Amino acid sequence: MTTVTNILVVGIGGQGVMTATEILAEAAIALGQDAKKTEVAGMAQRGGVVSSHLRFGPKVLSPQIAPGTADVLLAFEAAEGLRWQHMLRPGAIALVNDSRFVPPVVELGLFDYPADPVAEMKAAGTKVVAFDATTIAQGLGDIRLGNTVMLGAIADYLPFSADDLLACVLRRFQKKGEKVVEMNRLAFAAGRAAVGAAEAAVA
Amino acid sequence: MAAVMPAPAASRVLLSGNEAVARAVWEAGVKVAAAYPGTPSTEMLEVISTYPDLYAEWSVNEKVSLEVAIGAAYAGSRAFCCMKHVGMNVASDALMTLTLTGVIGGLVIAIADDVGLSSSQNEQDSRYWGRFAHVPVFEPADSQEAYAMTLAAFELSEKHQVPVILRMTTRINHVKALVTVGERQQYIGAGFKKDPSRFVMVPGNAGKRIPLMFQRDNTLRAEAEQSAWNVIEPGSDRRVGFITSGPAYMHVRESFPDAPVLKLGFSWPVPFDKCRELATMADQIVVVEEVEPLVETELKAQGIKVIGKDILPLQGELAPPVIKPVIARLLGEPVDEVPLRIKPAQIFPRPPTMCVACPHLGVYYTLSQVRNLNISGDIGCYTLGAGHPWQAMDTCVSMGASMGVALGMDKGRGESDKDKRIVAVIGDSTFLHMGMQGLLDMVYNKANVTVMLLDNRAVGMTGGQDNPGNGRDIYGDEAPRIDFARLVEALGVKKERIHVVNPYELPTLFRTIRDEVKVPDVSVIITDQPCVLIKDYHKLKPYEVLDDKCTGCGNCLDVGCPAIHVTRRGKEVKPSGREVNLAFVRIESSVCTGCGLCVQPCAPDAIQHYAPVSPIKLVTREGCSA
Repeated sequence: MTTVTNILVVGIGGQGVMTATEILAEAAIALGQDAKKTEVAGMAQRGGVVSSHLRFGPKVLSPQIAPGTADVLLAFEAAEGLRWQHMLRPGAIALVNDSRFVPPVVELGLFDYPADPVAEMKAAGTKVVAFDATTIAQGLGDIRLGNTVMLGAIADYLPFSADDLLACVLRRFQKKGEKVVEMNRLAFAAGRAAVGAAEAAVA
Repeated sequence: MAAVMPAPAASRVLLSGNEAVARAVWEAGVKVAAAYPGTPSTEMLEVISTYPDLYAEWSVNEKVSLEVAIGAAYAGSRAFCCMKHVGMNVASDALMTLTLTGVIGGLVIAIADDVGLSSSQNEQDSRYWGRFAHVPVFEPADSQEAYAMTLAAFELSEKHQVPVILRMTTRINHVKALVTVGERQQYIGAGFKKDPSRFVMVPGNAGKRIPLMFQRDNTLRAEAEQSAWNVIEPGSDRRVGFITSGPAYMHVRESFPDAPVLKLGFSWPVPFDKCRELATMADQIVVVEEVEPLVETELKAQGIKVIGKDILPLQGELAPPVIKPVIARLLGEPVDEVPLRIKPAQIFPRPPTMCVACPHLGVYYTLSQVRNLNISGDIGCYTLGAGHPWQAMDTCVSMGASMGVALGMDKGRGESDKDKRIVAVIGDSTFLHMGMQGLLDMVYNKANVTVMLLDNRAVGMTGGQDNPGNGRDIYGDEAPRIDFARLVEALGVKKERIHVVNPYELPTLFRTIRDEVKVPDVSVIITDQPCVLIKDYHKLKPYEVLDDKCTGCGNCLDVGCPAIHVTRRGKEVKPSGREVNLAFVRIESSVCTGCGLCVQPCAPDAIQHYAPVSPIKLVTREGCSA
């Protein structure tokens, strides 16, 4: 990776994209990096597209990731992964939650949802690891754990250790008690394992 | 909001530009801070209200917020107000005379320009207020500068007894970066000293203040020339030098690390000598400013040879992918396009939608079912009513404009519109902000308009802030609550023309709208259910669709609730021979909050309360709702 690492986190307003990016930023800062985090989020709270940019390194100037320069794409929704794959630098990886969030404009028949977004990404030559974070979170008993599953998924694709990220994730939940911390620890591990398994299956 | 323990001095914290300004406002010993919410400025006052030992308020509009700040600064205390760019249009009446009186205690006005239109009706360059009102402008380039410049702006404000504008953009307000914070200062106010020649702006007094204002321009320009915020960074690549400010500085530095750059932080009045100095350091000078050619025009008028909007875009952000090719072309170099491996995918758009169970859904569903309406709209969540599936809003101009525009559409109607009914749609907070005067004007001038006043007890679009309509102040404490029915009656609407309706009761809503649009008078229909994102909203038992009963008629989809999803599509040939499209649906019961809107248009009674097989956890709005 170059001196500045570019992480692009995308999804839909309300999914927790911005919080996840903030936790990634905190992890980088805890390791002494400079960091900037910015969103392109037009009225994002209302179910619109959210793309959150994180850049960290010894010194960060422009907060935005230029198209074709992202080191990792973390997509909270399948079609959003497809929408933003052009932001990746050649050879970089996309980690995609392969669950669908179909917007009203599609339900109304005005537009089509892609038949298989992950397959389209692969057909375009993007290196994709897909997994179902939503089902994993539901399996753990609480769909809200989806965020932590996503952070677990990216944990092995960062220029710092997964344990450093996990520490930042768990710090967020400390006030909510040991049980919540434990649930998030499990969710983080499940996200890591899911990506590991999916990547092994591809290889 | 409860006060929190502020971070200790000298700690390095990750703050957005808004949070950084809030911290500096607190550290500066500000006594009064006022604002009206508006993206991307809202969080400044929200965060300020979490700090102890100061007074913060949501004002009813930006003009009032500035006037409150002016009063506090006249009283000798430090004062702050903030707004989005269009808010300054509203507040400018006060600003243009404030510049004559000046201030006693420091007064800083933070204006957030929505460069790139993430959530606004236009794109403006607020630096022009500095020139127009003859007041200095600071332009931070990141959170640390937003913090430090706010502190510096209070010093400058008091030194020259002038209000100072802190001009921010979305890419400052909403970017989080590291900030080293300091301690709160004790600021002891001087107190108000009566001085009519200065504070009572009648012609005789104001005329004497104008020369002082122009004199101050010269003093401020001299100060800008010496200011440490205006820095020349020499560079080894002398082919092009840059004069730039705000976030554009970061983009220039990222794109051209070896070029000479003049970074303007104290950008108005423009330090001409510093610009001349830079001009000697490179073959060509390009001014990179978001968004209009303000500095460029001034420099050209001074005879300083610069290039700017001749080659750069006049709107939007000037990020590296925008400026790099422009400069390459200027130098006659091959354009070094980012090697895009693949083109952006052409897939469906995902525009913002109304929330599941939003009380506005019933209003727009009903308006879309009433024929022959021309509907003037306003600014807020309900602006989304212009979109699918309702398409029940025909205009949107500025805060409160739905009232005056409706009156004008009524009085100015052409022959083709003589049978059209005019409806105006406005939210509670927008009505209190700038809609009341328009309604008064309609009553006074005997309009034929039906007003839909959508009272959801919150400033919804900016995140559910409190306002005089919900009985809570910025601290969440109880406050006097405006009674909208009595308010509109006091503005002259006849009592029998005022109706308060539950927007989830579609038959009543439909009947009321249909009846009132026929009455040639001003009617006001107030809907009274809270925004689903605030604590006043209570969830009910969720619904589900009985698959075997759904006939695919698609009526429920016309409500526009994002919890309703199509499972399969089909076609049916009616006895008349007409082919109709069918859409069979399901309800995402884990997000449904049981408002019952979709149940009402469902012909075959296929929607009923959800009977879960195992207990489910309802998703909160912070949760992952995929």
